[in-house]
Amino acid sequence: MKYVDEYRDGALARELAAAIAAEVDPGRTYAFMEFCGGHTHAISRYGIEDLLPPNLRMIHGPGCPVCVLPVGRIDDAIRLARRPEVTLCTYADLMRVPASKGMSLLKAKAAGADIRMIYSPLDSVRIAEAEPKREVVFFAIGFETTTPPTAVALKTAEAKNLANYSIFSNHVLTPVAMRAILDTPAEEKGELAIEGFVGPAHVSTIIGMEPYRAFAENDRKPVVIAGFEPLDVMQAILMLVRQVNEQRSEVENQYIRVVTPAGNTAAQALCSEVFEVREDFEWRGLGVLARSALKLRDKYARFDAEKRFGIATVRADDNPACECGAILRGQKKPAECKLFGTVCTPQTPMGACMVSAEGACAAHWTYGRFRDRERKRTAPEPGTAL
Amino acid sequence: VFKTISIMLVEDAAPGDYVIVHVGHALAKLDPVQAEETLALLAEAARRVASPA
Repeated sequence: MKYVDEYRDGALARELAAAIAAEVDPGRTYAFMEFCGGHTHAISRYGIEDLLPPNLRMIHGPGCPVCVLPVGRIDDAIRLARRPEVTLCTYADLMRVPASKGMSLLKAKAAGADIRMIYSPLDSVRIAEAEPKREVVFFAIGFETTTPPTAVALKTAEAKNLANYSIFSNHVLTPVAMRAILDTPAEEKGELAIEGFVGPAHVSTIIGMEPYRAFAENDRKPVVIAGFEPLDVMQAILMLVRQVNEQRSEVENQYIRVVTPAGNTAAQALCSEVFEVREDFEWRGLGVLARSALKLRDKYARFDAEKRFGIATVRADDNPACECGAILRGQKKPAECKLFGTVCTPQTPMGACMVSAEGACAAHWTYGRFRDRERKRTAPEPGTAL
Repeated sequence: VFKTISIMLVEDAAPGDYVIVHVGHALAKLDPVQAEETLALLAEAARRVASPA
């Protein structure tokens, strides 16, 4: 497809890899975090790690909506779905996320709960309209990318005056999570020393470039917003290497074909009309973060599932052996978890990072695990041309 | 693949435009001029390695 294929050109990717290799300083190491799960997926799928010089490491960030949603909120959704009058509408990748006591939405559905997988939030509005006797709840999750579509669904339900429609909001904010990663105390960071970020693609179409400025100016961490195709990611890495080499720290935009400095201001206005910031919200892996998530404003209280059904979230723990939290913080690699690829696979996930295609573990399992094994077997001598 | 999407978030979208779609909604329009510019920058970075100045 036009505007996709050109950015997947393998020959050009190898030339870009050579450009990165030529520009890195062999006397030092580089560590960049790709915040967004879409980039994690692209890096694994297209084997970008194999094209990068050995002294440049990509750390996978927490930008996977399904992965950061804490167990307690999945438990809430399951309790909601078990109410006989409720139809719970959800994105498909939430279905297999492990909840407490070995449950999941998929198992709840198999046991009779009315749970429907939807593609667009507007599908949930259509269901509410078609089935007025059902209490239709949209289980809304995601970063700034999915928040505006949820707002559109709410405004549509309001315009249709639907009395049987509500939203269970779990929308979260990217810059707050980036801040939490940078503010992790040194003793907890281990070898983690992020020198820059590959900034999210779709999130930035909405929020623009401004929200990242503090990371560049105050924390001296360059941010390069990048598209989701492999050449986009590689070009962004090259731009980060140049910033580090030249001791610059700026917010740069590789994804100029879509992201504008101000972002989508109409979407921003709609979101701030519908949502307000919560005092705090729990994230898997990052703990409770102040002002990190969104809830419906009081004037939309009648559409707020938390109020309508009196949801009181109970904190619940992950499988104790699951390293999802450390992986989301960039402190561990998927293969360093002892569950990885043994009891935990995409077919039987133990942790959320193995569920979503954007999760670091699922991406590594699907595209990366054989390469690791191969590399160990035929590790080249240092300096060997690949 | 044919899919009906909402353009409520990108109201100036017109037939012939390319848009970024996420969960059934257009989030932003793609700028063809900037797309060419990106490809030119990519080619330039690659060329510089092939023939270092």
